Amino acid sequence: MVIGERKPFDEIMKMLEGLQKISVMGCGGCVTVCLTGGQDEVRVLSSQIRMARDKEGNPIEIIEKTLERQCDPEYVELAAPVAPDVEAVLSMACGVGVQFMAERYKDLPIYPALNTTFVGGSKKEGYYVERCQTCGACKLYYTGGICPIARCSKSLLNGPCGGSTNGKCEIDPEVDCAWQLILDRLKSLNQMDRYSEIMPINDWRTNRDGGPRKMIREDFQR
Amino acid sequence: MSEELKSGSRLEKILRSGKFAVTGECGPPRGADPEVIHKKCSLLKDKADAFNITDNQTSVVRMSSISSAVIMMQQGLEPVMQMVCRDRNRIAIQSDILGGAALGIKNMLCLSGDHQKFGDHPQAKNVFDLDSIQLINTVKTMRDDGKFLSGEDIKGAPKLFIGAAENPFADPFEIRAPRLGKKVAAGVDFIQTQCIFNLSKFELWMKQVVDMGLHEKVFILGGVTPFKSFGMARYMANNVPGMDVPDELLQRMKNTPKEKQAEEGITIAVETIKKLQEIKGIAGVHIMAIEWEEKVGELADKAGLLPRPVL
Repeated sequence: MVIGERKPFDEIMKMLEGLQKISVMGCGGCVTVCLTGGQDEVRVLSSQIRMARDKEGNPIEIIEKTLERQCDPEYVELAAPVAPDVEAVLSMACGVGVQFMAERYKDLPIYPALNTTFVGGSKKEGYYVERCQTCGACKLYYTGGICPIARCSKSLLNGPCGGSTNGKCEIDPEVDCAWQLILDRLKSLNQMDRYSEIMPINDWRTNRDGGPRKMIREDFQR
Repeated sequence: MSEELKSGSRLEKILRSGKFAVTGECGPPRGADPEVIHKKCSLLKDKADAFNITDNQTSVVRMSSISSAVIMMQQGLEPVMQMVCRDRNRIAIQSDILGGAALGIKNMLCLSGDHQKFGDHPQAKNVFDLDSIQLINTVKTMRDDGKFLSGEDIKGAPKLFIGAAENPFADPFEIRAPRLGKKVAAGVDFIQTQCIFNLSKFELWMKQVVDMGLHEKVFILGGVTPFKSFGMARYMANNVPGMDVPDELLQRMKNTPKEKQAEEGITIAVETIKKLQEIKGIAGVHIMAIEWEEKVGELADKAGLLPRPVL
């Protein structure tokens, strides 16, 4: 899923300067699962904003709403009744949701309440880790199911570098060396022969380096 | 090993003629003053066969390795231009290889590069379009096939002696010799190792290297760094990733009175060089006297490596 993290409160308050009526809009997708942008978080953030503004003697009116998903036009449409009544929307979706909202509501400023951080999963409740960098050409077959692009700090395809120590990465003793993990897995899978091959220079066109990407299912385009 | 010259560099000639090679290191200045390099060159001249010019080492911005290498050549010394994958994509890498070769650089060292986290610009975006093994193969393809990575012909292939680093002390240990094998397969000509303090571990690695027959396909120069002080030894032991400093060496430095520690550091380095000379498959030493260039001559002299052969 897409992981997001709430922006610092001061940064959010700065974006709202001069506004009297807004909507704080949550998303029922990934950011609900990772506990940063769902219905509960909409309620908490809205209260915080109201209290801060009341304290300044500069109250703000907030319409709280959470859409099923902000990355889907069908659900984005459901914000239409709210849109004419507010000066801006503070979206608690990931960057995709913010932009889908902005594309639909042309005259309405849509501001991000989150920093979209990475594509990952939850190790346990409230603990999220990065696993994929969406390079567009999956190499997990060769690397024991562990991604060197997302998990090696230098994205080395022929690692490990000389900084791997006791299974940890040179940048931080808390970070696992991806290549140590890969080698451990290849060994336990009896696939060490895959390590002896030199991984060729990567074609980054499928990554974002090839420009913005899209995926079209032709059979659904009729 | 083949005697056919790929680059005609002094370092290559020494190694291919079977002589024990010595390389040194010269860190470029953090400014545009060439005088700093002139001074280092006057300390280093004739003390080794060639000298690495580091490429923004530890991710701290310095004068570029290409320009520093050219300044070094103007002083009559032979550079080994280091190049890291951190700061350049394949377009810039190939371009700089052509430029370096056109300016007369004949040795190049291919490195992944320290992560930018360690440097003075941790906010920087890193590149790592290639890794060090792919960089080795890129230079070899350009030199031997006369082709760019695109497959298109190069008009005037760059003639470079291709080097790389290897750290026998990093983990996991069991793939360190096989990883050297990958560098050999990629086309490396010479290897400079990480600083050797743990000689018994190094010998274990070299045994694997020799058993795989790699010493007959690549020239291996053992890395030697003299301790300036106990403080430096302790710092290297605790703060430099992938560095293996045995306790017994730390104790030896610690038990030496402060004013004698530098001398003791040199003595340890001389002992290391002498032991390296006896290890099968070692073709030379790489002396990394970090910001201590004035000691390279003394160290090489005490280890019996001077004068350097005249070609």
